[in-house]
Amino acid sequence: MNEQKINRRTFLQRSGLNLGTAALASLIGAERPKVLGSTTGVPGLPHHFARAKRVIFLCMAGGPSHLETFDYKPTLAALDGKPMPDSYTKGQPIAQLQGTALKCQGPLTQFKRYGQSGQLVSDFLPWHAKMADEIAVVRSMVTEQINHDPAHTFMNTGTGISGRPSMGSWINYGLGSESSDLPGFVVLTSVGGRNPQPIASRQWSSGFLPSRYQGVEFQASGDPVNYVKSPKNVTTLQQGKLVKTINQLNMHRNRRLQDPEVETRVAAYEMAFRMQMSVPELMDVSGEPEHILEMYGANPGDGSYASNCLLARRLAERGVRFIQLYHRGWDHHGDLVKYMNTCCGLTDKPTWALLTDLKQRGMLDDTLIVWGGEFGRTPMYQGKGGPGRDHHIKGFSMWLAGGGVKGGSQYGATDDLGYHAVEDIVHVRDLHATMLHLLGIDHRHFSVPFQGLDMRLTGVESSRVVNGILS
Amino acid sequence: MIESLSNLGMACQIRSLRWMLVCLVVCGSVSAGPIDFSRDIRPLLSDRCFFCHGPDGEERKADLRLDLEEAAKLSRSGVAAIVAGSPEKSELIARIKTHDRDDRMPPVDSGKSLSDEEVALLERWILEGAPWSDHWAYKLPERRPAPATEETGWGQNWIDDWVLSKLEERALAPSKDADPVTLVRRLSFDLTGLVPEPETVASFQNDPSRQAYGRLVDAFLESPQFGERMASYWLDLVRYADTVGYHGDQDHNISPYRDYVIDAFNENLSFDQFTIEQLAGDLLAEPTMDQLIATGYNRLLQTSHEGGVQQKEYLAIYAADRVRNVSGVWLGATMGCAQCHDHKYDPITSKDFYAMQAFFSDVDEVKHFKNGTNNLPTRREPEIEVLSKRERLVAAMIDREIESVSKNLVVPGTGDGSLEGSPRLETLRALKKRIEGTKRKVMVTQSVEPRTIRLLPRGNWLDDSGPVLQPAVPEFLGELKGAADQRSTRLDLARWLTDAENGAGLLTARVFVNRFWFLMFGSGLSRSLDDFGGQGEPPYHGELLDQLAIEFVDSGWDVKHIFRLIAGSRTYRQDSLETEGLRTRDPYNQLLARQARFRLPAEAVRDSLLQISGLLNHEIGGASVKPYQPEGYYRHLNFPPRKYKAHSDGQQWRRGVYVHWQRQFLHPMMAAFDAPSREECTSQRPASNTPVAALVLLNDPSFVEAAEAFAKRIMEFGGPEPEGRLRFAFQQALSRDPDETEIEILSRLLSGPGNDLGESEKQHWVSVARAILNLSEAITRH
Repeated sequence: MNEQKINRRTFLQRSGLNLGTAALASLIGAERPKVLGSTTGVPGLPHHFARAKRVIFLCMAGGPSHLETFDYKPTLAALDGKPMPDSYTKGQPIAQLQGTALKCQGPLTQFKRYGQSGQLVSDFLPWHAKMADEIAVVRSMVTEQINHDPAHTFMNTGTGISGRPSMGSWINYGLGSESSDLPGFVVLTSVGGRNPQPIASRQWSSGFLPSRYQGVEFQASGDPVNYVKSPKNVTTLQQGKLVKTINQLNMHRNRRLQDPEVETRVAAYEMAFRMQMSVPELMDVSGEPEHILEMYGANPGDGSYASNCLLARRLAERGVRFIQLYHRGWDHHGDLVKYMNTCCGLTDKPTWALLTDLKQRGMLDDTLIVWGGEFGRTPMYQGKGGPGRDHHIKGFSMWLAGGGVKGGSQYGATDDLGYHAVEDIVHVRDLHATMLHLLGIDHRHFSVPFQGLDMRLTGVESSRVVNGILS
Repeated sequence: MIESLSNLGMACQIRSLRWMLVCLVVCGSVSAGPIDFSRDIRPLLSDRCFFCHGPDGEERKADLRLDLEEAAKLSRSGVAAIVAGSPEKSELIARIKTHDRDDRMPPVDSGKSLSDEEVALLERWILEGAPWSDHWAYKLPERRPAPATEETGWGQNWIDDWVLSKLEERALAPSKDADPVTLVRRLSFDLTGLVPEPETVASFQNDPSRQAYGRLVDAFLESPQFGERMASYWLDLVRYADTVGYHGDQDHNISPYRDYVIDAFNENLSFDQFTIEQLAGDLLAEPTMDQLIATGYNRLLQTSHEGGVQQKEYLAIYAADRVRNVSGVWLGATMGCAQCHDHKYDPITSKDFYAMQAFFSDVDEVKHFKNGTNNLPTRREPEIEVLSKRERLVAAMIDREIESVSKNLVVPGTGDGSLEGSPRLETLRALKKRIEGTKRKVMVTQSVEPRTIRLLPRGNWLDDSGPVLQPAVPEFLGELKGAADQRSTRLDLARWLTDAENGAGLLTARVFVNRFWFLMFGSGLSRSLDDFGGQGEPPYHGELLDQLAIEFVDSGWDVKHIFRLIAGSRTYRQDSLETEGLRTRDPYNQLLARQARFRLPAEAVRDSLLQISGLLNHEIGGASVKPYQPEGYYRHLNFPPRKYKAHSDGQQWRRGVYVHWQRQFLHPMMAAFDAPSREECTSQRPASNTPVAALVLLNDPSFVEAAEAFAKRIMEFGGPEPEGRLRFAFQQALSRDPDETEIEILSRLLSGPGNDLGESEKQHWVSVARAILNLSEAITRH
């Protein structure tokens, strides 16, 4: 790591530039950005005092089992191996278990109570146990899509139909960006775990909102952002000079053309050049102290969830509004115990580290963290390899923490077998309404006209703010 | 304003004074003048009232409908929402103006409200008798003579008469003609999606006569690049892509359909035939190979090959997808809204939605549930193996040649054996074999026993309680005329869509001339290219749209004719400069007192920059191609994991329309310039202007390599002097010479401080080339 740091320094010195990003940006005559991450938000927003300024959404893609994380079901244990009562499953959507005999699968781990709140956490998540009093667990989530791809789309956009904006785009559109040299919506996907489910770029699409609100993917290997590196053999100085030339020519010609788009383009080129500086600087964590790297378990540049959690904190510090981390590999149709160990091993501690690190920096107060998958898993046994579970949408768990969230709380419940959410049901739309509420937005009055309709993240069906988990 | 007010005199009654005020306020925008129900009133009622008082019976409040004249004017216990001639007696106005929060309409919590001007407009309309008319898009257009204009020397064809007469009403003059260079670039971008060759520009500059202009239009329309440019647009509408879209996003076999579309536009296949072949080519008597390929249309939807998909659920998803697309493409209707409930704003019922599905229930689409493996390409039978039309033409030519060579070789009595030694014949046969080897698979439509289609209550596919429906067109648009006892088919639907007498033909025609207009002006006559329903924007030039639609039908659905007509108008030839005055008076350019300027679509950005550099490969048709792409860009794809191998040969430099369209991870260059993922019908792409796009043009290896090639050309053909070279470069890219300032700015890249890092001359010129390829002007159509 030290070598990397030195190389970067020497490189800058060699270009006669022992300077920071700001100074480099002044190369192109851009002292103050003309477009603040391109946006300033919708006038009139926030509607009310915002408890959170930004969101870190930890998406456990594949659908972690609620029955082995936060939702303890002793009755299910008692019925282990017995036929699943027909009354639960009749007429319900079923994924891979279609047409097979359904039997109960008891919890594949133990649960204990932790913290002052006595939050129930499974043995798979020892580091979550340490933050039992920080998180609000919702045990009554429901969604409408039972296959991965549309279920992610549903979780991100509130509908299974393609072409709608993702929540990160909505939030940046509404509130604008606080970063002048990074996009307001950043996506990081980690490597590691079992054979992962694919994840589509539509998950961070801006849909019918302007494309400047779409999520930009950062990656640990290769170029951190597509095309963010200058071409081979072109120095930063040369690139800066080129951008300056382009902007001068555009501005000169525009005296005649008077095209407002040209002004926007000049600003876009300035921002592009600043990103060429700021993105590598952001991704280079070699300056982080050893104890922080250890806390996360991050090996810089490895693309792990741990490294991405650390990057999430760095992004949050730099004013990025919506940070979404995907960790894939939670799709445990079989060998659930083995793969839970893998997935939890990769994510449990880094999640704790992120929350704890934000807290020690005073940032947890205005950062909303959301953890969960696109759905849960069946109380029924599925056996691809060792025992596992199929996709399940009628009841699962997620947690929230940070700005405005009542830590240590539990909300809602599923039935005795963990099949249906039966108490204080929280639909994905309610989750969206709650997130918007914490960001100072009334979901009912946050809409954009599209194809003749006033589109909302929460759609046309009724939805509510989950007050029970708010502090 | 003050002066106008005093002119009114004291005789004015208070009320009429207010109306005058309204008029003065409204006069600032283009919607002043006599009230047109369809244009001015219906959109207001639709947007603010129909959600609760419209076509959707389930949501309707107080049993009041405002979308129907009779219901809106019906007196119930002495109260009517609208009392013609009496705004003060109309409950509609009373409820809008009341200060009682409980009674106020639209309801306070709806987030909707009416401005003072809008309320005054409604009052004036009621006072004038509340005249009603059918929705503009669903009313049959009538052929009308073009209006007379005061100025008679300006217009070139009847389009101009319609435009000019409205301008004269507003005491506005059209803009001057654009200069020849701008014109030739405009035509070239609009009709071919490419920057014009410098020779074409020079020749038109030398002779910018009307005749020369006409020849130019014809030449562009007849060039094969026209079909490629039109295909890019069509493929957005029909959501063409090279991959299945859901989950594993595997490749599927479809590229011959893309070539069919290009050929169809180039051959100017009549639009009604084009429609029929795509929706129902398989149902024609003895369909040709191309007609079968055309039916790939019905297979373009997204499919899922994920393990554990529920067939019944996905068949419902596919059926809904098809209705959304066919209604969006041909009818400009948002039928998708009626999947769960009757449409909120248009008279489209849920029954209409599902009855439309029934037309497609014979399309064989179940095989992939079993056979659609994680291979690349995956299998989506029925598929056939074909040569494209072009390839077949070449093959036939070779056959003829083989035959003629054979004839000359045959010596009577020696038989075939003696032919084997002919080298020419062997070459021909080898050629033939090579062509046969380029056969590609393509998904096609095969008709099977129709699946049962039910109305799904609230769109719920698990609910079998809804009635079984037979194929039918939306009821408010009429019905299919046919034998009562026979089930209607896709062929019936296709014919109905383009039947101007007894079907929706004139609606289809309106929808498409509006889109053709959009391609030539950057904005439609109605700006809602995808919604001709109540929430869409009524066209300011409604009559012009009507006349164009009638012309389209009367010409025999001749696409090139419409483009020729639009290009031939003086309206099209105007300068695009937006003066301060026009910006204030007509910010959306509805009056058309000028042309428009806009950034080129993604494909045209790529193609033009490659053309300037000299790298563009003009080959037409064939399998999709893979340009350079950032390493690992497909890292999130799985089932199977994806390796991307960019073409290393000339295929790398093919036009954008041939670029491999990966729905989940569209090539980042295309995505940065707003090309859609093609999951749904896209009739208008946004035109963003972002740092991400800047990074593409600055650093994407395709454009870096293009700059290198361009630099080489500049040095080779631009003469020895820097100035001459810069002139050459500018002519290639911008069709003009650089001015002194531009030469000075660019010269700094060739010398001066900051460039003494051991750069060779070539590298200096690469910098210049990169600068020019990044100019706003290079990717903007004026």
